[in-house]
Amino acid sequence: MNTSAREPVLVTLGNPNTGKSTLFNALTGLKQKVGNFPGVTVEHLLGRTELGGRTVQVVDLPGTYSLSAQSPDEIVAVDVLLGHREEVGPPSMVLIVLDATNLRRNLFLANQVLELGLPTVIALTMTDMLEASGVTLDMAALEALLECPVVPLAVNKGQGLEALKSALTMMLAEPKPHSLILNRPLREASTALAAALSAGLEGHPLHAVEVERALTDKGGYAEQRLLARCGPAAAEALASARQAVGQGRDLATLEARERYLWINRIVGQVEQRSPRQRTWRDGVDVLLNHPLYGALFFLLAMAVVFQSVFAWATPLMDVIDGATVALGETVRTHLGDGLWASFLTDGVIAGVGSVVIFLPQILILFAFIIVLEDSGYMSRAAFLVDRLMRWCGLSGQSFIPMLSSFACAVPGIMGTRVIGNPRDRLATILAAPLMTCSARLPVYTLLISAFVPQKTWLGGLLNLQGLVLLAFYLLGLFGAVFTAFLIKRVLYRGPVTRFLLEMPPYRWPNPRSVLIKLVARAGIFLRRAGTLVFLVALLVWGLASFPQRPEASPTAQLEQSYLGRVSHQVAPVFAPLGWDWKVTAAVIASFPAREVVIAVLGTLYAVETEDESAEATLIGRLRASTHADGSLVFTLPMALGLMVFYALCLQCISTLAVIRRETASWRWPVLAWSYMTGLGYLGAFLCYRVGTALMA
Amino acid sequence: MAARTLAGLAPGEAGIISGFTVIDGFTQRLMQFGLMEGTEVKVLRRAPTGDPLEVEVMGYALSLRREEADLVLLEIPA
Repeated sequence: MNTSAREPVLVTLGNPNTGKSTLFNALTGLKQKVGNFPGVTVEHLLGRTELGGRTVQVVDLPGTYSLSAQSPDEIVAVDVLLGHREEVGPPSMVLIVLDATNLRRNLFLANQVLELGLPTVIALTMTDMLEASGVTLDMAALEALLECPVVPLAVNKGQGLEALKSALTMMLAEPKPHSLILNRPLREASTALAAALSAGLEGHPLHAVEVERALTDKGGYAEQRLLARCGPAAAEALASARQAVGQGRDLATLEARERYLWINRIVGQVEQRSPRQRTWRDGVDVLLNHPLYGALFFLLAMAVVFQSVFAWATPLMDVIDGATVALGETVRTHLGDGLWASFLTDGVIAGVGSVVIFLPQILILFAFIIVLEDSGYMSRAAFLVDRLMRWCGLSGQSFIPMLSSFACAVPGIMGTRVIGNPRDRLATILAAPLMTCSARLPVYTLLISAFVPQKTWLGGLLNLQGLVLLAFYLLGLFGAVFTAFLIKRVLYRGPVTRFLLEMPPYRWPNPRSVLIKLVARAGIFLRRAGTLVFLVALLVWGLASFPQRPEASPTAQLEQSYLGRVSHQVAPVFAPLGWDWKVTAAVIASFPAREVVIAVLGTLYAVETEDESAEATLIGRLRASTHADGSLVFTLPMALGLMVFYALCLQCISTLAVIRRETASWRWPVLAWSYMTGLGYLGAFLCYRVGTALMA
Repeated sequence: MAARTLAGLAPGEAGIISGFTVIDGFTQRLMQFGLMEGTEVKVLRRAPTGDPLEVEVMGYALSLRREEADLVLLEIPA
């Protein structure tokens, strides 16, 4: 462990849409990192802040509405607060973030946290919105009733931060643990049960609050985990404790009733609501929910997102591509043509380039996602398209990740974090790589211009090549919808997906906070996914470069390399698709990144020119290429089959690395890869066989 | 008065929650979101396709699907 283990730990938590992350960013600044709790795909942010001269670790938990442990986010929150997460350590104090304009619902979570008995400070955000919401709050009375410091803030205007820091500093110097207990019989039963069940248990003893959650949330995470730890005998103990405390009544219903009684008593004393003033927000709301203008705005917003990820990123990607090539050439002119130069240029520089090339798309898409989320529009967009997404078993929240996967599945998969339901999220992650990403486009363009005849109808309005390209886009879309359907409706049915989404008020996103979140996303991709992508790029370079034949031509070198030998070996597997060893080699070499197929084909067919005529030469060589028996390799059905293979197969190590990172397991990337490779093989086989039979 | 559910309200209509058709993890979540017995809930609008709906409860807005709103029983003030 590092020395930071001894720094005091401040945990921040609160409902989503309370300005919690903006507050966290204001407290800690850019020096933060994203952590992932092992075993669960729950992210938390780690940062540091200075409180009265002491450095304090700040752990920002994901926004939750309750500690009821129905979702992984909630169980992690409970664990961190109870000090059961070793990577965080026991918290010294808690900062609860409450939206002042939505006090009632926000106090539900606050009330649950106050019962944990930790030193607590409350940050009351959005106080600058109170007047517009027609709410007046008696801050002094609120502080007295909640029995802990309550600091009003307007983070966007920088108000209240110093007061918050001094309240936290005082709490750190003189911790006052909170001592609220709402349901005494429940707490007593839980304490007794925790002691009884902890006997003979390895690891940390059970905490009364854990048992309380297990008792209250029947069938929830807390109960499942408790039964897994203590064995099935505990089920009986839980059932009898439930009966004793609830006397036949449902404990969760009781909990909600008691908490809202407490909340209503407090809010009744501190809050005055007068009729709300009409603000620009109401105008925006009416406009965005108008059947026509609202739909138009939605289409416009989605078109901008799609266009930006697809087209705006291209110039930046060309710059990165150009820089990679230029750097490679510089190295080559200095080091000559040896193995070292090849390692540095084709291995290291090309490897780094293949990681960095994704950054423009990730940054642009995430800038949009963060702004859409922070402004409150994301929930509206999900609301509008929910019905559309439902027939493949998903909800409106899957729309933007799916849409952006048309450009690139990597930011799309990273964008699935907005999806609350874990099964929906997984289905979206597995469906996203089938959408036609921009890396498939060069492959399609090459093969279409080489093998699909140029035919036009209606005076050039419709042309066959364009229609084939469209067909492949639709094939990708259909594949993705089919996959989501397969997962959600057939394989992984489980309980019905529920859709319950807060529609937060429209707010201006805080530019600084948007920037900080954006940098964090880019950092995650570069560190976690980038390393793997880079290593695989080096591996493929090694396979194509060894054993070395310095005197051989590049074509002969590739044929005799490990890659070439493997391709000869496995070529029979792909023979039913009409491929020879060269096509097989190109396909194998493009498993890390499908777009390299063109460069590999260029080497295999000994296209030496690096100018405009290179593609024309390659097309000519592909057309002339023959099997051993003299028949053409690239027939129309075979070329279409090859395109189907590229449409359905997961040839993208970055996507696999991101799936691994987002699902925190190797299981899903391996499954996605096997599934899509199988689908690609089957599709190419059918296309080749049926096409050949039809043309005969 | 006949039992009505939240799904049966037209935009602009409001009712007082009288209970739920079932008590399960989801309706418990609804209660945590403030959809409690005795609380007023109002339908603000429906999505253009008629589903999901956006409702107002305790001064904030929430969206849920028809089939979920159908779990919420209401008393409609005369």
